[in-house]
Amino acid sequence: MSKVLMKGNEAIGEAAIRAGCLNYFAYPITPQSEVAEYLSHRMPEVNGVFLQGESEVAVGYMIFGAAACGARVMTTSSSPGISLMSEALSYIACAQCPAVFVNIMRGGPGLGGILPSQGDYFQATKGGGHGDYRLLVLAPASVQEAVEMVMMAFPLAEKYRNPVMIMGDGLIGQMMEPVFFPDNLKTEQLNTDSWATSGMKTRGSNTRNLVKSLYLDPIQLNNHNLHLKAKYDRMKAEEIRFEPYNIESGYQVLIVSYGTMSRVCRTAIDNLKAEGLEVGMIRPQTLFPFPEAAIRDAASKESCQIVISIEMSMGQMVEDVERSVRGRKPVEWYGKCGGEVPTPEEIMEVVHSFVKSARKEQN
Amino acid sequence: MGKTFHKPEALSDQPTHYCPGCTHGVIHRLVAEVIDELGIRDRTVGIAPVGCAVMAYNYFTCDFQEAAHGRAPAMATGMKRVRPDLMVFTYQGDGDLASIGMGEIVHAANRGEKFTTIFVNNAVYGMTGGQMAPTTMPNQRTTTSPFGRNVAEVGMPIKVAELLAALQTPAYITRQTVIKPKYILKAKKAIRKAFEYQQEGKCFSLVEVVSTCPTNWGMTPLEAVNWAETTMLPYYPLGDLKTPESVNGGTDAK
Repeated sequence: MSKVLMKGNEAIGEAAIRAGCLNYFAYPITPQSEVAEYLSHRMPEVNGVFLQGESEVAVGYMIFGAAACGARVMTTSSSPGISLMSEALSYIACAQCPAVFVNIMRGGPGLGGILPSQGDYFQATKGGGHGDYRLLVLAPASVQEAVEMVMMAFPLAEKYRNPVMIMGDGLIGQMMEPVFFPDNLKTEQLNTDSWATSGMKTRGSNTRNLVKSLYLDPIQLNNHNLHLKAKYDRMKAEEIRFEPYNIESGYQVLIVSYGTMSRVCRTAIDNLKAEGLEVGMIRPQTLFPFPEAAIRDAASKESCQIVISIEMSMGQMVEDVERSVRGRKPVEWYGKCGGEVPTPEEIMEVVHSFVKSARKEQN
Repeated sequence: MGKTFHKPEALSDQPTHYCPGCTHGVIHRLVAEVIDELGIRDRTVGIAPVGCAVMAYNYFTCDFQEAAHGRAPAMATGMKRVRPDLMVFTYQGDGDLASIGMGEIVHAANRGEKFTTIFVNNAVYGMTGGQMAPTTMPNQRTTTSPFGRNVAEVGMPIKVAELLAALQTPAYITRQTVIKPKYILKAKKAIRKAFEYQQEGKCFSLVEVVSTCPTNWGMTPLEAVNWAETTMLPYYPLGDLKTPESVNGGTDAK
């Protein structure tokens, strides 16, 4: 298939179908409702399931029920809706069912706004719901990457039997870009016979399967959590993805930025280069697992004087950046939220001022 | 003459955790008998609630999922939509279904989801220690209504079967009880009918079962049975509230 011009939200819906996901449940919320609108007519065309639930709470459990019987399933929502689905995410992670959740982030807290934001970083990477669980979190920076990440998300969810979250900001959902749907990312679903409540007849078994999250025995619950932790550790070992930019240069400043914000930073980096100031960037593509080692290594470069986490939030990812850098270089934060996306000029100014203050401190 | 009474195949050998005089055991057995009779155990998936029946999966031998509090109808919806060939039932108490899960059950019923709900109404939160439920009777004392349910403050008990029967979508909605042998066969027939409607892909089906909770009511099992009969049954009358046949062209079931 050649390239087509598509809105991010619609491309995400199409990517799910191309990935072999024929089951979609959702509740309308701006700025992601176009996914539901698109799939409401596309799913019937491919004999798939489309259902608009009565709330995000219910949708979270429709996903759980469908995932628990072994179906490839996805939902999409935006920040306040993800808060409501977070209960289900905790249950799904504990019960170890694969499912894909897309969060087209808008500004918060509360009802917040409907413009792009990256304010749900903590929610996605540190929990959101209760208990010790993790999501595998993918953060696209373009419509094309959103398509690829949706297609990758299903095999990842199945490999780990864990929910995968795609974190796009409102811009990723709302903008139109040329996209290409790669056939090679379509995968067959892994066999679910050992765990899914698919009906004993379906799997030709006399043993029933049980999908649950209750462990009243403290030793069993601890053991279950150790098992989950081992899985999350395996994600850390095998699934870290990031994109370095201008990292071969003798950069004085290292930016860490993801999603739409990283694209603005890229332009700023190019402009600064033309001015004679070298700036490198690590763009996390997975927010969990976080590219700690890559950031630490990049920050350790002798020329690097300062690390700046630039995000459309009041400073969330910066905590992981600090953790990664481990005090080897000063770590600063810059960001805006509420829907205002910092401009390249603003980023350039920020970089200049941080460089200046770093020099002052050195002197 | 062969053995005529035996444990249903759909029930396990697990010793019960339910209290003496609790009706969950009887209801479990009726559901299991129906599963056996319809020969559907190998394609049935149950969904356990949060409440006393949270570990219902220990007693059944079919596939089982465990829901969060009140969310079983949403899980059943997800499952039936992607696997209409499976037989799906939720097993829920009154705190689970009529309080925290009211939204999910109303919308599942209104969409006409093709699964079956066994709704156990014992007028109290059981597992958490006898707190007031939406179904608690007027003036009934519970651990959170120590002076009796004050209907001026918290309203009248919710009649779930009547509430769901008022929806315009065709459904099978019935109220039964298992507190005395004379009611049990009728309850079983209703449960069977509910599963059959699902099997035919006809409609949503719900069997409300008026039940006892001697432990949290502070009664002996016998006192509990009598209290349920004299206090609950007049308020929660037994019988079919709605059958899919009774709805024609969207008119009300009378």
